[in-house]
Amino acid sequence: MSKNRHPTKKSGSTSIPRARIGALVITLYLVFLLVPIYWLIIMSFKSNSEILSTFTLFPDNFTLKNYSTILTDPSWYMGYVNSFIYVSLNTVISLLVALPAAYAFSRYRFFGDNHLFFWLLTNRMAPPAVFALPFFQLYSSVSLFDTHIAVALAHCLFNVPLAVWILEGFMRGVPREIDETAFIDGYGFTRFFTKIFIPMIAPGIGVTAFFCFMFSWVELLLSRTLTSVDAKPITAIMTRTVSASGLDWGVLAAAGVLTIIPGAIVIYFVRNHIAKGFALGRV
Amino acid sequence: MEKTVNQRAWLLVLPVLVLVAFSSIIPMMTVVNYSFQDSFGENIFFWVGLEWYQELLRSERLWDALGRQLLFSFIILMIEIPLGILVALSMPKKGISASICLVLMSLPLLIPYNVVGTIWQVFGRADIGLLGRTLSDLGISYNYSQNAFDAWVTVIIMDVWHWTSLVALLAYAGLRSIPKPYYQAAMIDQASRWNVFRYIELPKMRGVLMIAILLRFMDSFMIYTEPFVLTGGGPGNATTFLSIDLVKMALGQFDLGPAAAFSLMYFLVILLISYVFYTVMITIDKDEAKQ
Repeated sequence: MSKNRHPTKKSGSTSIPRARIGALVITLYLVFLLVPIYWLIIMSFKSNSEILSTFTLFPDNFTLKNYSTILTDPSWYMGYVNSFIYVSLNTVISLLVALPAAYAFSRYRFFGDNHLFFWLLTNRMAPPAVFALPFFQLYSSVSLFDTHIAVALAHCLFNVPLAVWILEGFMRGVPREIDETAFIDGYGFTRFFTKIFIPMIAPGIGVTAFFCFMFSWVELLLSRTLTSVDAKPITAIMTRTVSASGLDWGVLAAAGVLTIIPGAIVIYFVRNHIAKGFALGRV
Repeated sequence: MEKTVNQRAWLLVLPVLVLVAFSSIIPMMTVVNYSFQDSFGENIFFWVGLEWYQELLRSERLWDALGRQLLFSFIILMIEIPLGILVALSMPKKGISASICLVLMSLPLLIPYNVVGTIWQVFGRADIGLLGRTLSDLGISYNYSQNAFDAWVTVIIMDVWHWTSLVALLAYAGLRSIPKPYYQAAMIDQASRWNVFRYIELPKMRGVLMIAILLRFMDSFMIYTEPFVLTGGGPGNATTFLSIDLVKMALGQFDLGPAAAFSLMYFLVILLISYVFYTVMITIDKDEAKQ
């Protein structure tokens, strides 16, 4: 590159302003993303009277009362526990069934494979609103209503197809020669799959788990429909408490902030794999 | 890479089939069943044939909601896809700043839908929200709960805020997968920035952009929670999209028959459009493989 002076010079002279434009775009975009979140965080540290009476960019009287309300009341904090339980269950179930299926789709042709793949994807397209009522009746009839497993299974509707989709892309990136060599070396399928194959696609499993976690964590309609007390997720508790207590904006904001934190932690751990995960995806 | 034919692969797919059958086919069958029947509560049903379908196809309610839905999905795709690409192109390539960008950008994606609605509900209020207050101080009349246009603008900005990062992440992933020699070749040819984008980056991003368009189309077409929390479908019916209308009908009024018929037609519309997308994607994929 340094031998050819002209192009280097040219790119050098034009890329500096371009980099500035890039930085400007990204800064504006991040500000756009963060200002509403900032407003929510600030509100969670204000008392209700301050929220309603004065208009301030920083809390005048910094208070943690809103958070202590949530963290000391079981009807609040159990919502987070419930959400965690069904989200984890859903992630585990989705990965367990999707791994072998994705392997089959990535390695073999079999009767109806393409149709089956599209049919799986159609479940990702099914509006939860369509399924709310039938799910309610189905899980009530097998007496699973208001249990964590019911919500976890219901969320499989959209998470399993997504998991198969992403994993299949990752598995396609693994050369077939590895499978063949392992089989020649006398590995059985199960042993090959667990000891050799799964470690090889660990980043893919991480990315898939992240997406399952994310879509299950943020969903409200199904989880609210399928629970009443024992498994009620935090998102549903928020809507109920808002309507019951009128305008308790401070507590509402604090509850909202607390729902953002788990996601932020998870994304920090998978940040380097997310971009890679999609680059390898199918299509 | 040729795949081998192996019918036993069905055994590997079986767990998925059983699970999805339980959570998709069985509920879907109940929906189909309801859509042909009328009920007078207490499990007394009688057959009404296609009556609900005919009634729905004649009613303006469905067509209005469908029109709003298509308009909404169209607008957010037109904003989010170009904006997402622009953001992806502007992102730092590596280092700590890239990590910070990725984490901050992903934040809105991980906020529960109703919290997204709550954030914008608060943010836009003229009495306590930064946006609403600023606008009213500037003398711009803005009230998303009274004015249909303001409600639409707010719902669209909210969706752009919520989901553009997904498009940007996907596009960024596509950009990262372009091998360096492509850029070096372009530099030797002294290709303009636009040509680099047009002939190298855009074709290489096509796969992930297709995923982005498909995902954004499907999800925007099913949008429920965010506008429901923000406006409750109002003012009037201005932001009553298909899902909101359906939930009103099924769980609010408990009109099982019409709601079921509505559900099936709704699902069919999504399926149809997605199938067209999918087929186009596969065809393009095959064409590329041939070259």
